Amino acid sequence: MDLAYGPQYEAFRAEIRAFIAAHGEKAPRRFGVSRPSEETLAWQRLLIEHGYAARTVPKEYGGYGAEPDILQSRIIAEEFTTAGLPMGIANQGISMLVPTLLELGTEEQKKKWIAPTLRGEVVWCQGYSEPGSGSDLASLQTKAVEDGDDFVINGQKIWTSTAHAADMIFCLVRTEPDKPKHEGISYLIFSMKTPGIEVRPLKTMTGHAEFNEVFFTDVRVPKKDIVAGRGQGWFVANATLKHERGMLGDPNQAGTRLKEIVDLMHKETIDGMRLIDHPVYRDRLVELQGRVLAMQFHGLRLLTAAAKGEDPGIARLIVKLQGCEINHRLAALAIDALGEIGVLYEDSPHLRAGGAWQHRYMFDLGLIIGGGTAQIQKNIISERGLGMPREPKPAKA
Amino acid sequence: MEFGLSEDQKLLQESIGRTLEKASPLTRVRQAAETHEPFAADIWQALVELGVAGMLVAEEHGGMGMGLLDTALAAEMLGRHVAPVPFVATAVMAPIAIAGGGSKTQQAVWLPKLASGETIAGVAVSERAAGAREGAGVTASGGKLSGTALFALDGMGADIFIVADKAGGLHLVNGDAKGLTRIALTSIDLTRPLCELRFDEVGAEPLSSGDTGMTLRRMIDAGRVMLAADTLGAGSAMIEKAVAYAGERKQFGRVIGSFQAVKHMCAEMAAELEPCRALVWYAAHAFDTMPGEASLMAAHAKAHTSEVGRFVARTATEVHGGMGFTDLVGLHYWFKRIGLNRQLLGGPERVRHEAAVLQGWAAAD
Repeated sequence: MDLAYGPQYEAFRAEIRAFIAAHGEKAPRRFGVSRPSEETLAWQRLLIEHGYAARTVPKEYGGYGAEPDILQSRIIAEEFTTAGLPMGIANQGISMLVPTLLELGTEEQKKKWIAPTLRGEVVWCQGYSEPGSGSDLASLQTKAVEDGDDFVINGQKIWTSTAHAADMIFCLVRTEPDKPKHEGISYLIFSMKTPGIEVRPLKTMTGHAEFNEVFFTDVRVPKKDIVAGRGQGWFVANATLKHERGMLGDPNQAGTRLKEIVDLMHKETIDGMRLIDHPVYRDRLVELQGRVLAMQFHGLRLLTAAAKGEDPGIARLIVKLQGCEINHRLAALAIDALGEIGVLYEDSPHLRAGGAWQHRYMFDLGLIIGGGTAQIQKNIISERGLGMPREPKPAKA
Repeated sequence: MEFGLSEDQKLLQESIGRTLEKASPLTRVRQAAETHEPFAADIWQALVELGVAGMLVAEEHGGMGMGLLDTALAAEMLGRHVAPVPFVATAVMAPIAIAGGGSKTQQAVWLPKLASGETIAGVAVSERAAGAREGAGVTASGGKLSGTALFALDGMGADIFIVADKAGGLHLVNGDAKGLTRIALTSIDLTRPLCELRFDEVGAEPLSSGDTGMTLRRMIDAGRVMLAADTLGAGSAMIEKAVAYAGERKQFGRVIGSFQAVKHMCAEMAAELEPCRALVWYAAHAFDTMPGEASLMAAHAKAHTSEVGRFVARTATEVHGGMGFTDLVGLHYWFKRIGLNRQLLGGPERVRHEAAVLQGWAAAD
């Protein structure tokens, strides 16, 4: 057990602090879910140039080209979080498509797509879920039929965040309808400007359209725009999903939110009494603090395992479930402590933090469901982590 | 940066686990519990041979000079095997009390005896750690103790006691001192009998070297981390038993472990308990190397692991169905172990209040 990083890493930390001191004011204020602003693009370029974004992506593909070092990545994240600065752009193109292409793409695909994606110039959306294929993603029905040099795509995707602003889509389609469901899927990448694509915003319970539905009618995509081979899509998607689940349930985000609630409870009063002086709210705060700390230390344990190249087993499988749950509970506490003010929304007078806690309470419920529902996570934990038997398949009718 | 156990620590934990597997099977635990043995002397002897009694005692006094993280690994194994032996008081809290508050002579006399397992120490600090019940409390006057101390740990088999008085002073008392009455308190957990101590002008040696307040604080912090580790071990064992049972028991023509309702109970237990491991490790490591964080982290480890422990104890029992409710499979030994750990040295609500005070979020009482 040694929680010190050592002199070589502390020197690295000093470099980051110097960078933040010199350039921190150039950071964009907000990252939206749509296209990055000019300010954001400039910030992203600066981060890549210094190795604080796209750090381990090879130089030839537009990254910084550093050797993977998970402790360095952690230090970067720590310093940016402490300074309250955004890291680089974290969209699905960067977090999911780039690792997928690096692992499975052709040389041409890597050369063409990775660099502009990393720079934030090309925005991607993910075409996985369908109205009839959520948890059972492999049952997806969007068809891609071979016609000359093209696939012709018909079908519908849902929960497609950023589709309204995206240039490109990475999309799962059924190319081999006669094969078993997992073996009939292919992973295609194509432009969102291709004729036959219609994007409709999907308004959620938050009142905003954070997602879209995407409809494909006779959309022609060249056959060469496939990643890996025909029927390999399920395998490709699983290579990508593990990157997504790593993003959801980040314990450091929970730590930041906990601090916000501590501040809130020191500032807000009811009957002239600070919320922090109210023993019931305070007890809930301390209880959640214990949970957040446990997950943060759990994160350190996973980090150590990753740095040593060890598989932490079940310890890794619980992160999405627990992390998303904690975020939701934090939002619930903030709302309860605020009481009637906690349910104010939109542009109401007396609103606190721009209504962020209500938005998080609802949006984080979406995250509990999305990216593999809590129930699917529990299947994974029990089957892969505890070795329990799979649900028997229903007898064929 | 390395947040994890060293190879030596893994080996240590494995060897304690193997020893207990042999020495402390359920049949032996049951025998000790049903006959109200003060502790299982044979199991204790096997642990003493591994050095468990002297883990925290400095090498110059015949101990192993280890840290609280090492003793947490031992405590986890004791909980896993519901071992009916003294530990939290005699191997952890008492050595801290004597090393912190004892004179050179007291250290030279008592620490080697604790390390060798020859002497077993009970600890009576409940009034300071969990709050004083009506009528409880010990007063020190002219080197004599009077009053009542409840819930002494490792007390039924103890040769000596470390006692905290109402003013926070610490004292060492011989188990057979004149005027001392020891009354067994039967709790749900028969693997670690508690006792009440009544003092009528009992002669005691003060443990008054150094900062007594800090020594008492350290004893309580360490004890809380040990109870959290014990619950972690007991909870892990309960999850394993639940998963194993669900893999054997058949209903409706299939093993019940293939029903999602049952699998999800097991997944929830694992998802809740696994982060407790990192929390216990961190709290123990903080005790060893980061004194500024030690009390807060001990409080969090105790409170959070107690909450998760209660959930696991209840859920694992439900997974066992009616069998879990019987005495036959003995699952209740783990259930009760976790239940006792939760209340000792401060239940979750009290300990969280302390955590709030430590952070300046509440006024000290």
